[in-house]
Amino acid sequence: MKPAPFEYHDPRTLEEAVSLLGRCENAKVLAGGQSLVPMMNFRYVMPDHIIDINGIADLAGIEECDGVLRIGAATRQRDLEFSDLIARRWPLIKAGLHHVGHRQTRNRGTMGGSLSHADPSAELPNVCAAMDATIEIAGPRGTRLVPFAQFNRAFMTTAVEPDELLTAVKIVPWAEGHGYSFQEFARRHGDFAVVGVAALLELERDLVTRAAVSVCGVSTGPVRLREIERKLVGAAASDETFAAAAISAREVDAIGDHHASADYRRHLAGVLCERALRQARARVTIATDGAVG
Amino acid sequence: MGVKQFGARVARLEDTALLSGRGRFVDDIKLPGTLHAVFVRSTYANARVLDINASEALAMPGVRAVLTAADLPTRMRTQRMPMLVPNTHIKTLRTQHCLAVDEVRYVGQAIAVVIAEDRYVAEDAAGMVFVDYDVLPAVNDVRDAVKDGTPLVHPEFGSNVVVEMPMTFGDVEAAFANAPHVFHEDMWQHRGGGNAMEPRCVLASYEPATELLTVWSATQTPHISRRMLGELLDMNIEQIRSIAPDVGGGFGPKAIFYAEEAVVAFAARHIGAPVKFTEDRREHFLCATQERDQYWNMSIAVDDDGTILGVKGSLLHDTGAFMPWGIIMPYIAAATLPGPYKLKSYNLDITVVFTNKVATTPVRGAGRPQAVFAMERLMDRVAHELNIDPAEVRRRNFIQPEEMPYPVGLTFRDGKPLVYDSGDYPKGQEVALEMSDYSTFRDRQAAARAQGRYIGIGIANYVEGTGLGPFEGVTIRILPNGKVRVATGATNQGQGTRTTISQIVADQVGCRIEDIDISIGDTAAIANGVGAFASRQAVNAGNSAFIAGTEVRGKILKLASRHLGVPEEEINLEDGIATARTGNKPSISFGELASLAQGMPGFSMNPDDSVGLEHTAYFTPLQAAYCSGCHVAEVEVDIGTGGVKINRYSVSHDSGNIINPLIVDGQVQGGVAHGIGNALLEWMKYDENAQPVTATFADYLIPMATDVPTCAIEHVETPSPLNPLGVKGAGEGGTIPAAAAIVAAVENALAPFGCRFVEAPLVPERIVAALSQAGAYGAPVR
Amino acid sequence: MSMTRTINVTVNGTSYEHDVDVRLTLADFLRHELNLTGTHIGCEHGVCGACTILLDGRTARSCLTFAVQVDGHSVTTIEGLAEKDGTLNPLQRAMVDNHGLQCGFCTPGVLATLTELLNDIPNPSEQQVREALTGNLCRCTGYSGMIAAVMQVARANCNDDGRQ
Repeated sequence: MKPAPFEYHDPRTLEEAVSLLGRCENAKVLAGGQSLVPMMNFRYVMPDHIIDINGIADLAGIEECDGVLRIGAATRQRDLEFSDLIARRWPLIKAGLHHVGHRQTRNRGTMGGSLSHADPSAELPNVCAAMDATIEIAGPRGTRLVPFAQFNRAFMTTAVEPDELLTAVKIVPWAEGHGYSFQEFARRHGDFAVVGVAALLELERDLVTRAAVSVCGVSTGPVRLREIERKLVGAAASDETFAAAAISAREVDAIGDHHASADYRRHLAGVLCERALRQARARVTIATDGAVG
Repeated sequence: MGVKQFGARVARLEDTALLSGRGRFVDDIKLPGTLHAVFVRSTYANARVLDINASEALAMPGVRAVLTAADLPTRMRTQRMPMLVPNTHIKTLRTQHCLAVDEVRYVGQAIAVVIAEDRYVAEDAAGMVFVDYDVLPAVNDVRDAVKDGTPLVHPEFGSNVVVEMPMTFGDVEAAFANAPHVFHEDMWQHRGGGNAMEPRCVLASYEPATELLTVWSATQTPHISRRMLGELLDMNIEQIRSIAPDVGGGFGPKAIFYAEEAVVAFAARHIGAPVKFTEDRREHFLCATQERDQYWNMSIAVDDDGTILGVKGSLLHDTGAFMPWGIIMPYIAAATLPGPYKLKSYNLDITVVFTNKVATTPVRGAGRPQAVFAMERLMDRVAHELNIDPAEVRRRNFIQPEEMPYPVGLTFRDGKPLVYDSGDYPKGQEVALEMSDYSTFRDRQAAARAQGRYIGIGIANYVEGTGLGPFEGVTIRILPNGKVRVATGATNQGQGTRTTISQIVADQVGCRIEDIDISIGDTAAIANGVGAFASRQAVNAGNSAFIAGTEVRGKILKLASRHLGVPEEEINLEDGIATARTGNKPSISFGELASLAQGMPGFSMNPDDSVGLEHTAYFTPLQAAYCSGCHVAEVEVDIGTGGVKINRYSVSHDSGNIINPLIVDGQVQGGVAHGIGNALLEWMKYDENAQPVTATFADYLIPMATDVPTCAIEHVETPSPLNPLGVKGAGEGGTIPAAAAIVAAVENALAPFGCRFVEAPLVPERIVAALSQAGAYGAPVR
Repeated sequence: MSMTRTINVTVNGTSYEHDVDVRLTLADFLRHELNLTGTHIGCEHGVCGACTILLDGRTARSCLTFAVQVDGHSVTTIEGLAEKDGTLNPLQRAMVDNHGLQCGFCTPGVLATLTELLNDIPNPSEQQVREALTGNLCRCTGYSGMIAAVMQVARANCNDDGRQ
């Protein structure tokens, strides 16, 4: 299990990387390598060119700019996990990361790598779906922004064109004190989710004023349960409301494979949706009193 | 005598090197000019091989050869691989060719081998060897394989059925006819693998000047490997040195002699350069032997009080496409089923069947986990139906310690009656129940259920034949520098063989453990050997060490007595020095005695002396030593997801007298981990075309640190009367009853829903499906 | 098509300059170019963890890293863990005391993981140890010995803190 031959490029600037992507046929971008290199070792993928972006200094970093979080594509998952800023303002990211791989893989794995690889069960894309992240993509035609809802195109295929590079993820925070939860069922600790559910809640007294629920592991990419979100908003944040949401969540379209049947995935979507909403409610620290708005 | 080593928690001699990166595994051994072998393997489960085109591969820089069956020497080309364990019941024996001849019968079967100067290049070239196949329909499921009209694995036999054989005693039909209660269960266990962390590896080097072939292999059985190489390469075995250096786990699949070992050895001789083959993990999933696919349809007849009157049924065993070790697994399974219980009658109809998958051979437990699963599930069924506590129904059926030795009623595969040598099964269960706080469990369970938590407890007992023959050997030789050289054909894949053998030698000879220099798994160091399987080395090699040590001790005493001028009875042997206890306590070192035992050039030996202070002993056990134990698992089931967490795991374990509790506890804990994999996680799946679909560590799930609790372990030591040390095997007992105990615990946790489980691995999806069917979620899941 | 690059890398405190094929994995570089065979290869797809090393002090899979990528970086392998005088360090000693290894094949990766964990968290909980070790598969031990070993070191760390 050794990789096939390739040409190696290690650009130092984004421009250089984009130029290489434009020039090189059958090229793959190497970031953390935690998904790409196994596929190369199995020879499931045999790129002619590897463009290693680890040497591009300004491609990694976590910063808040005008209230918006910007995570550089090459930011290591470990750095997200241990970021105080993220823990404080974007806690769903940290909650999702708890389920991502192992400390040894998070040390190398990157935010952009996870999104580009787009495994249907992956947690970070699900977090981005729940938070309506915006994906920044650089290419020969300049830099463009893609809402996450339009990012996943098909099974393990994203909006990033072959001559483009995912450069950053931008995420607007939810209101201070909002509730969040990432519930996941995996066969073992750190395995890809069989099903995972990300939930976000904002409350006004005990009424839901804003909700997001996103499921991974059921389809080719994360699935936002928008109908459920619509029903949640304005409803009491009660066990009954969440139980009803769970029943709706079980209606999600699901795909079966040798890991789990479609029926089982739908069942888990329901169970985990209810658990996520309950945990999110329990984590709400500031519910507005209705005077704000 | 110094501190007794036998029975002490002696720190392992193996550890320092392994913890410093100074282990010496086969792939760590570098010989100048080594070439690298990569095998071209079948991508289909059943096909005729029409053509192999290697011209592009051969033209690649760095490629030295591409060998197919046609290039092999006569024996390897014209005949199939040797079968090690024949049995008269086998109607249609099949082993595979070293490299495929015209046909392939499972995905991964070796067709050709590329030999190149670099592993990376060899893989590039293997991708350029083009095989033209005529693809044939394949059969995956053993239940399909017995049906009429199914694809035939070996069409020349006209059937996929290899063996039909009963195992029986007593009048089982009469027992069932008159029984007040009969219960039936259909049960199954699925395929898994050994998956030692070190894949297989072979390095071969042929020295024309001495005509010596040296083969380093990550094998459990170097002496058997040498014999096979001798046969296949048509060489005198004295021309072959087979070495198993540090081996990174075995678990059964490395006890098998593989085609790759012979092909690599041939390639080295043929090309005239060392050749190395390092199996990668994908190949391990495809080509290393596997185990456990068995289907048991069983009935049990009992009295009103739960006393067993008879057990009968059938066992369908998947042997895969070939049978390198014959039918020992179904045979062992059938012989293991009665376990610690008194069965008055028993009949099991065994059917062994070919499928288009890699062969099944022993994996830690070797048929026993399936048998224990079947029997213990039946016992739980009896307990449930008759409303008797599961511990009590077992108690009522135990063979009692005063009934030892106990003839089970069966004939074992060596043709001798199956007789348990020793054991205290009632005590074993009581000890395990106590460790697990069984008496308070029902209250704990009720309290948990009141909080909406589902905890359950499961019990499983087993009896395991260990220490099987034919023999193992140990040579002990005192060297003139005072060191004690020990050699054994026993091998080490992590069991701490070096340590335990050294402990026994140190005690018997009277030397310091650090003065022992021990050779393990090298055919050049001892003439005869067998190797590691069937939890056999403590019994076979341990007792050989004891016997050889006793002999050498006698020689030391005799020589020291004459030299020191004191009677043997007055001499202490300690720390490598013979010291008189009387007079002015004269002493002489073992090294000096070893020199004396060489005599003087030109002088006659003293007529009482033997040459050299050395002895070789081969202990040959008359029969198995029967290890036993009881496992109690306590689990919590998440009824939403079907997830199972093992909260507590208690083991009582009887492996006779214990050489080193540190090591035995490690064997038990590690064995349980493997059993947890079998119970909940590990499932080697194939699709309808017999293509493997779980050939990565992300798909085939091995227990992680968060899946395996630290077990509570207690030893109930009933020494085996059949060997001088009173020891029994310990390597597999941890695995054998684990699936039975854990699945029972899950069933117990979900008793409020009436769920029943008869399979392993028991996966979360199955648990949810059973709960759904039981109405746990209101309307059933679609 | 593959080409070579010259890399400068520090391994266990020693600097090396080597020409490497760009597709050579770090694991193969360590084992076969530097002859540091203590690092083991168990799966080559990043799950088993036997090849785990410390890259600039952080655990990484050497089977998923190309040697060319460690140019200018520092690597620590199992050969570099012992005390300066060659004796086992406290973690290694604790592994002996608690039977934390059997065949020893997973051990290099386990030591890398536990070394990093104890640097991050000198006194981890058992759950933290177990979660860290999910990145290392062991088929022999059932993990209990290595967990006990870390807890022994953690207790010693705790006592050291207490004295200060």
